[in-house]
Amino acid sequence: MNRIKQKLQEDKKLLSLYFTAGYPAIDDTVSILTQLQESGVDMVEIGLPFSDPLADGPTIQESSTAALHNGMTTEKLFSQLDGIRETIHIPLIVMGYFNPMLQYGVEKFCKRCQEIGIDGIIMPDLPLAEYEAEYKAIFEKYGLINVFLITPQTSDARIQQLDAASDGFIYMVSSASTTGGTSGFSNTTSDYFERIAAMNLKSQQIVGFGISNEETFKAATTHQKGAIIGSAFIKHITKNGANSVASFVETIR
Amino acid sequence: MQRLRRLAHNTIAMNTLEKEKSYQADERGYYGDFGGAFIPEMLYPNVEELRSQYVQIMQEPAFQEEFKQLLMDYVGRPTPLYYAKRFSEKYGTKVYLKREDLCHTGAHKVNNTIGQILMAQRLGKTRIIAETGAGQHGVATATVCALMGLECIVYMGAVDIERQAPNVARMKMLGATVRPAMSGSRTLKDATNEAIRDWINNPVNTHYIIGSVVGPHPYPDMVARFQSVISEETKKQLLEKEGKENPDYVVACVGGGSNAAGLYYHYLDQPDVGIIAVEAAGKGVDTGESAATSALGREGIIHGSKTLLMQTDDGQITEPYSISAGLDYPGVGPMHANLFRSGRGEFISVTDEDAMTAGLELSKLEGIIPAIETSHALAIFETRKFKKDDIVVINLSGRGDKDLNTYIDYFKL
Ligand SMILES: Cc1ncc(COP(=O)(O)O)c(C=O)c1O
Repeated sequence: MNRIKQKLQEDKKLLSLYFTAGYPAIDDTVSILTQLQESGVDMVEIGLPFSDPLADGPTIQESSTAALHNGMTTEKLFSQLDGIRETIHIPLIVMGYFNPMLQYGVEKFCKRCQEIGIDGIIMPDLPLAEYEAEYKAIFEKYGLINVFLITPQTSDARIQQLDAASDGFIYMVSSASTTGGTSGFSNTTSDYFERIAAMNLKSQQIVGFGISNEETFKAATTHQKGAIIGSAFIKHITKNGANSVASFVETIR
Repeated sequence: MQRLRRLAHNTIAMNTLEKEKSYQADERGYYGDFGGAFIPEMLYPNVEELRSQYVQIMQEPAFQEEFKQLLMDYVGRPTPLYYAKRFSEKYGTKVYLKREDLCHTGAHKVNNTIGQILMAQRLGKTRIIAETGAGQHGVATATVCALMGLECIVYMGAVDIERQAPNVARMKMLGATVRPAMSGSRTLKDATNEAIRDWINNPVNTHYIIGSVVGPHPYPDMVARFQSVISEETKKQLLEKEGKENPDYVVACVGGGSNAAGLYYHYLDQPDVGIIAVEAAGKGVDTGESAATSALGREGIIHGSKTLLMQTDDGQITEPYSISAGLDYPGVGPMHANLFRSGRGEFISVTDEDAMTAGLELSKLEGIIPAIETSHALAIFETRKFKKDDIVVINLSGRGDKDLNTYIDYFKL
C-alpha cells in the first residue's frame, strides 16, 4: 500500500514538514531527511526549487533561489534520493511547480519518483482539469498520489469535485495567502476548519500555510488530520544550521 | 486539440465566443497547443469568476456604450491611420502608421485598462493591482483608477523603478502606490509574480489588471478583445483611404503581445493579410542577452499560461534582455506562440542598435518620435523588402517621451 494511505490510517495527528532541496547547502537533502525521520516527523514534502514560485512567500522564495544557485536540478535531486528507501521509511512527497516537471518529461519524472520510492506529488499550478485530461493515468501508473489544494474561498461544489478526484489527503490552505504567514489563526480560520470537517469528505485533510509553532499546530489539528510546516522550519535551519532539525521538531509536539 | 475535446467544460457563457475564427482562443482559452489556466487553486475562485462572466459582461450594450464613449472622449479614439509618405518613399512601399502613440497616456495600453476597469466595476471589485515594466501599463492603470476613484497598487521591479523614474512619478501623481518587486532579477517577470501573490492574498475585493495578452485564461483573450479596437478602426480607415479593408501586411512589436494582438485581431483569419511579429533581439539572438522568445524559447508554463518561454533545460525561467523595458519579457502570449508554431505569423527579431537607429530615422522622416518598443517594428524595413504597391500597416504602439533618457544616452544628444 502507498505509504501516505498507510500513514493516514494511523490513529494520531500527523506532523509533516516541508524543506527546499539544495538548501542551505546542495548536499543537505539526505541528512535533513534522516533527521526528520529520527525526530518523529510523520511525513515530508521535499521542495523541488523553481525560479518563479508564485504561491510562496519570501522565505521559500529565498531558499529556492539559494538552492538553484547552489546547483540544484531535478536530476540532481533524484540522484540524491536514489537508495533513500534503505533508510527512510516515512512517506515522501515531492512538491514543486509544474514547468520543471514538464521539461523533465512528466512520464520520466513519475517513473523516477517510483524508482526512488516517492509516494505523492504536490504541484500547485497543475490544475484539476489538466491533470485529469492529461496526466492522471501517468501518475497512477507509477503509483503516485496527487494532492489537491483547497482554500477558504473554494466553493463547496469545487471541494466536492476535488475530494472525488483525490486519492490521498486534501491539502487545506489555512487562509488566503502565500506561504509563510505568521499572524496566527483568526476566528474565521477556525470556522473554516470546522466547516470543512463537517463536510465529511472521503479524503482526510492536512492543513498547511501559516503553521509555525505548537499553538498553530494544535489549532490546525483540532478538526483536521494533520498539519504541514514549511517556512517556519526553513527559517529555523537558516538560523541554526542544517543539523538543527530535532530542536525545531521538539518545539512543535 | 484532441485533448481539449476530452476536457469537460462549462459551455453556458461560452456559446457566444466566435468559434469560427481559428486563430482565436477556443472556449478553454487555447490557441492551438498554447494557453489554458495553469494556476494554483488559491487563484481558482478569482480567475473562474472572471472566466465565467467576461464575455457576457463585455457584450452587454451598456458596457459597450460606456467603453466606446470613454475610448472616444477620454482616450481620444479613433486614432489616425497615417500614410507615412517620406518613410514609404525611402523603402519603396506603402506604409501606414496606426497612431496609438496619440492615445491618452501615450500608448495602446490604455485601451485595455479602460476595458478592465469597467470589468472590475461590474464584478464589484474595489481594489486594483497591476504589474509594470517600463511603467506604461502602470501609468495607464493608475490613470483609469484615478478616473474611477479606485485604490491602485502597481508592482514594479526595483531595477525598473530606477530606470523609469518619470513614470514612477506619474503613477504617484495619479494617486497609485508603487511597490518594488525585490525578488529575482527585479524586473517585469518578478513584478508579475508579486502582483499574482498579492491577488492570492486578496482574493475577494481585488481585480488584477494584467497589461498584456499573457497570464491564465481568460486574460489573453480578454485583453486581445479590448485591444481589437485597433484593427476594427484600421479596417474602416483603410477602406476610406485605399478602397479596401485589408492591407497586405500588418506589423507590430511583441513583448507580451497586446498591441500586436490588437492590430492582428480582425485579420487573424484573413489569409490574404500577412502577419509580421517583431521581437527584441537585444544585443543579438545568440549573445545570451536577448528577448527573442520565438527563437530562444521552448514550450512551457509562465504566469499561468502554456506558451513559448525562455528557460533553462531544467525548466527554470531565464532572464531576458532588451534595451526596451516593454519588450523585456521571457515569454509571449499564447496567441503569438500559436501564430509562430502554425506558421501563420512571420517572426523577425531586431537588435537594440537597429531599433534605436530606426527610431531616430522615423523622427527625422516623419516628425514622430516613437517608443523604443515600436522602433523595433520600424527597423524591419532595412532587411525585409516589400513590393512597391504592398500596403503595410505598422502599429505605432507608443510615443518616445518615456524613452528620452535612453535616446539621449544612446545618441549622445
Ligand atoms: C509603446 C509600447 N509598445 C509595446 C509594448 C509591449 O507590450 P505588448 O507586446 O503587450 O504590446 C509596450 C509595453 O510597455 C509599450 O509601452
